[in-house]
Amino acid sequence: MTAELAIDARELTRQFGAFTAVDRITFDVKPGEVFGFLGANGAGKTTAIRMLTGLLAPSSGQATVAGHDVQRASERVKQNIGYMSQRFSLYEDLTVRENIQLYGGIYDLTDRQIEERTARTLARLQLEHAADEYVRSVPLGWRQKLAFSVALLHEPRVVFLDEPTSGVDPITRRQFWESIYEAASAGTTVLVTTHYMDEAEYCDRISIMVAGRIAALGRPSELKQQFNVPSIDELFVRLTRDM
Amino acid sequence: MSTSDAVVVERIAKRFGSTTALSDVSFSVRAGELFGFVGPDGGGKTTLFRILVTLMLPDSGRATVLGRDVVRDLWALRQRIGYMPGRFSLYPDLSVLENLRFFASVFGTTIDRERERIDPIYRQLEAFNDRRAGALSGGMKQKLALCCALVHRPEILFLDEPTTGVDAVSRREFWDLLATLKQSGLTAIVSTPYMDEAHRCDRVALIERGRLLVTDTPQRIADSFDRPLVAVRVDARYRALQALRESPKVEHVYPFGETLHVTGADPAYVRQWLTTRGFADATAESAPATIEDVFIARMGA
Repeated sequence: MTAELAIDARELTRQFGAFTAVDRITFDVKPGEVFGFLGANGAGKTTAIRMLTGLLAPSSGQATVAGHDVQRASERVKQNIGYMSQRFSLYEDLTVRENIQLYGGIYDLTDRQIEERTARTLARLQLEHAADEYVRSVPLGWRQKLAFSVALLHEPRVVFLDEPTSGVDPITRRQFWESIYEAASAGTTVLVTTHYMDEAEYCDRISIMVAGRIAALGRPSELKQQFNVPSIDELFVRLTRDM
Repeated sequence: MSTSDAVVVERIAKRFGSTTALSDVSFSVRAGELFGFVGPDGGGKTTLFRILVTLMLPDSGRATVLGRDVVRDLWALRQRIGYMPGRFSLYPDLSVLENLRFFASVFGTTIDRERERIDPIYRQLEAFNDRRAGALSGGMKQKLALCCALVHRPEILFLDEPTTGVDAVSRREFWDLLATLKQSGLTAIVSTPYMDEAHRCDRVALIERGRLLVTDTPQRIADSFDRPLVAVRVDARYRALQALRESPKVEHVYPFGETLHVTGADPAYVRQWLTTRGFADATAESAPATIEDVFIARMGA
């Protein structure tokens, strides 16, 4: 049933002139699922995510996110999703507290909600001691966790994470994945992109895009069996090179 | 120190204000070796590389590269070192060919004269000769930077996080290129934040907060994990993770790919603990440790 799905894309397509960046992709993501959205640079991931987040209109096909049509109700989609990117998420010249408050304001929370959720976020991240420090002086691992919390501040049903874990140590990376699992186990749907295929194995299900199409879709263990490969890395390289 | 050592570092330390970037770092790299520094951002990799390529002075300790002191002999050394910094440092407004010509001319040589050395990489770039460097894909930028770092025929190459932000296929191609260069006798020192790249190196040093945790072959580091490791497969990973943390026997439990890794208890105990707590689908079996498990154990210690 479509209404129950967090993301439901049907034949979703986007052309730029003669170039088809996303070519009739069909997939769905269930509520509370951690879905890995993989592909080489230029395979169409970013274009697909821009359509799913209501920033870019599809050329054909359709998609609903959190129950809203990405084309006809893009504003409703935006209110029900969170977004975090490796490249940009927090304002480095604002303090930790100011960043949380700013996003609370952008998402139209009441003053009281902002106050409550700021306190709750600082406590959960054990960042109270650094609340009034500039974000640029906070270690990368904490910044990533803060960016994730900020993306969840308005309690969205679906959160998009674009390469969230570059460059951190294995312990911090695991703490980050634990917060992803925690959010998912509370019912938030997570769509995550990464270049690191060992991380793909942390997802409930993954898709691999090649030249605008979804070339593989399923649970990591099922895909390894289906394609008879030892790892998702191996599968990724095989699919991408065979194009 | 043996004559076949390409790099010898003895007790190097470096501070920036109150931050200790490197603390008592010692190691050596043999000629012809592909040597990796594996560790997170801020671990000290870039500072160490800058000292070894003569761009920064250590506060204390000494280092030689190709038998030359990195502080006293910097001019002699610079001709013989290739350095690819972590941040893309070519001229984005110059074309591929112009960048290469420029770097060749700085070292008093030409592309034609160095063609043999750079050929395995330049072959993949030649089709883009006229494209501006800034308009290349991430993977192609890395190849161009490698080509520029090799164009003066260095005897040793320092590559600081060459594969960060590059997709999985380009990453693999980049490591394949390094393997090819190694066969021609080049010594290469590479840093990466990613544990899965460690096994492409002859030896690796795990570096964290300015200290070397361990230096050895990837296999011996993995084998040094000194306790039984159990891999758990279960649908409700987050709840299972919390349930296992409540066990008095379990020391550590953390997500690892499709599984959870558990130390301190045997598979039968772990399975029993989970099934009696409602995780009917849970399986637990012994698993071989990886470098990443070792890193986590040493960092946590």
